[in-house]
Amino acid sequence: MNWITQMLAVTGVTLRSIPQRLGSSIVAIIGIGGVVVVFTAVLSIAEGFRAAMRGTGDPQTVIVLRSGSDTEMTSGLGGEETRLISEKPGLETSDGPHASPELFVIVGHPLQRSGTDANVPLRGVTPAALKARPQIRIVEGRMFNTGTNEIVVGRSASRQFAGLTVGSAVRWGTSNWVVVGIFDANGSVAESEIWCDARVLQPAYNRGNSFQSVYARLASVDSFQTFKDALTTDPRLQVTVIREPDYYSQQSQVLQTVIRRVGFGIAGLMALGAIFGAVNTMYSAVANRTREIATLRALGFGASPVVASVLFEAVLLSVVGGVMGGGLAWIGFDGFQTTTMNWQSFSQVAFAFRVTPDLLMRGLIFAVIMGLIGGFFPAVRAARMPVVTALRQL
Amino acid sequence: MKFLHLVWRNLLRRKVRTIMTVASILVAFVLFGALMAIRAAFSMGVDIAGADRLMMIHKVSIIQPMPASYGERIKATEGVTALTHANWFGGFYQEPSNFVQSMAVDPPTWLEMYPEFEVPPDQRKTWFGDRTGAIIGADLAKRMNWKIGDRVPLLAPIYQRAHDGPWEFTVDGIYDSTKQGVDKTQFFFHYDYLNEAMRKLPGQGDQIGWYIFRVADPSTSDLLAKRIDAMFANSSAETKTATEKAFVSDFAKQIGDIGSIMIAIAGVVMFFILFVAGNAMAQSVRERINELGVLKTLGFNDGRILALVLLESCTIALLGGGIGLALIWCLITFGGDPTGGLLPIFHFPTRDVVFGVLLVFLLGFGTGLLPALQASRLKIVDALRRT
Repeated sequence: MNWITQMLAVTGVTLRSIPQRLGSSIVAIIGIGGVVVVFTAVLSIAEGFRAAMRGTGDPQTVIVLRSGSDTEMTSGLGGEETRLISEKPGLETSDGPHASPELFVIVGHPLQRSGTDANVPLRGVTPAALKARPQIRIVEGRMFNTGTNEIVVGRSASRQFAGLTVGSAVRWGTSNWVVVGIFDANGSVAESEIWCDARVLQPAYNRGNSFQSVYARLASVDSFQTFKDALTTDPRLQVTVIREPDYYSQQSQVLQTVIRRVGFGIAGLMALGAIFGAVNTMYSAVANRTREIATLRALGFGASPVVASVLFEAVLLSVVGGVMGGGLAWIGFDGFQTTTMNWQSFSQVAFAFRVTPDLLMRGLIFAVIMGLIGGFFPAVRAARMPVVTALRQL
Repeated sequence: MKFLHLVWRNLLRRKVRTIMTVASILVAFVLFGALMAIRAAFSMGVDIAGADRLMMIHKVSIIQPMPASYGERIKATEGVTALTHANWFGGFYQEPSNFVQSMAVDPPTWLEMYPEFEVPPDQRKTWFGDRTGAIIGADLAKRMNWKIGDRVPLLAPIYQRAHDGPWEFTVDGIYDSTKQGVDKTQFFFHYDYLNEAMRKLPGQGDQIGWYIFRVADPSTSDLLAKRIDAMFANSSAETKTATEKAFVSDFAKQIGDIGSIMIAIAGVVMFFILFVAGNAMAQSVRERINELGVLKTLGFNDGRILALVLLESCTIALLGGGIGLALIWCLITFGGDPTGGLLPIFHFPTRDVVFGVLLVFLLGFGTGLLPALQASRLKIVDALRRT
């Protein structure tokens, strides 16, 4: 018999004997499946957060902040500065200005899930805001009327924070507001925000005629440099300009680091635990089949087909575990809506967990690696077993 | 005790299985320690927040400042025994990524309000007298490699100086704490230093971020909080007062599901690893049923067999759990925050260490008890007949 047929034969025997040791096989499958669930779930948090942050970005939209500020929260621009910024070349100018000076503050507002106050982002915008961000559209109700205490609420904000549906009234400090619309931003982070008229927000926050940022639409994706040069060469302005996608990916760095470090740490530890479990399972599988394997060897089967069959079983079990784990993670976590605190903007961001095909693939590969490691040593042991002593064993 | 050798030989008869079982228990307990540390980090020190300390912020949100004149009125309120205040400075050193958790405070009342920040008396005195002085946490000093006497320039986007220059500080002291769970990454400096510069800007001077005050009787703090908020109602800056604990716990809740989901899943997996390990331990007893029969034939009574089997399972649990707990304790205590300053309160609370040790014993007894009972109840004839 050649090597391949030997291997197929031995593997066939191995697989057919699985039902006899179903218990320990199931334990191995669940062990590896559990790790894959955790691995996928943790990464789906990071992935969802990243998608929400990145999805916000339109490379044709830019954000201008005071130089030295890395978030809108700590930035500040005078009314005169915002006027200068919006007149610079490189910006879209067809039918009116496409630059919106904005305020970004937080209000203490209860979370739907806990009823406790959270830092909810409140953005004061000007009429050009929607022109600067063409991807945002009102999906329910209408846009607020300028000069009134009306607000529009992002779709996620309306879901995650208490009492923010069209028609409801809210009170923050001494001012009262009415929700008149809900807006959609393709699931991006802007949907976590509440928008109102900047001119109404300024006096409420004692901001005089100052703003924090300018959102502007470039004439084309390539006119960034023109606009940037115009800003940096103007001695009256100390500002930095950044494309929207870059801004948001920078804003998400801290949280992503935490999720990844913590998540990978936990998943790594669990993988180690699962590998020990798999080794144990495969060892006892080999131990239980000592006589069987020795008989095969005595019949003339080589050592390598035996190794291959044990490894094959380990990998098969881990693939089953990996598929089940990935499936469970997908059913349990894909699309799960939540909010968390983004430290960099000091405010809540809403996002949905995302179990992407890429993540599932990585989970499966991870499972196979665990299976290979778990199966390797028992396989070598099975092959090295001296035939005579093995046959003599019970 | 004389049977320890027998237990030991039994453990060694399937070395690989014993090692694997011990190793997976070890991993489970390392995981346990890590989870408890993460939980403590995400709860942001709610355990040590003073119950007798109330916090007052602007009603709209914590980023809105309040007038400095509020201080006198709070102090005059009956039931308030001490008062201090703070302003979030949000400074960084050279690069925004070198973020420093910095706050402008009133030094004497601040240290009086927070006795958990322990500063040597001479450093304390220097700081009180040095207008541009600062005291920093031991962890921050370690991370930034700052020593007493160092000149530290910080940039703060919220409080920009004229000509965009940095704020210069001198490190006058380093605080540490014997209490667990105290944030040692903070940087405190004189409010007067900040306010002096802010007063030159229109409408920026004499603003306070938040007030903290101590109450004589914590059981009346809710009433007192309402009374104080009522005092500032209908003013330009309305207030929200609550216990420090309430603020910290609300703040921790803002992290939301992410923290609880990670902890929940990993917790389930930890118990699963333990379950698998327990299964392997029980399996090894079942395999030796007829050996136990032999022991009984030799005159071992039921109680002794029970003890023998339990001793074996407890040895495995103690080996794995003990090493695991010790390992993670060392990693957390000496390694510190794995994110480099993003989780300032990262420690393994003593309470959870005790819980971990209990869990180790529970595991030892839990996994050993059933097979041990079965073994002790065995009839010799049945045991010997089994192969």
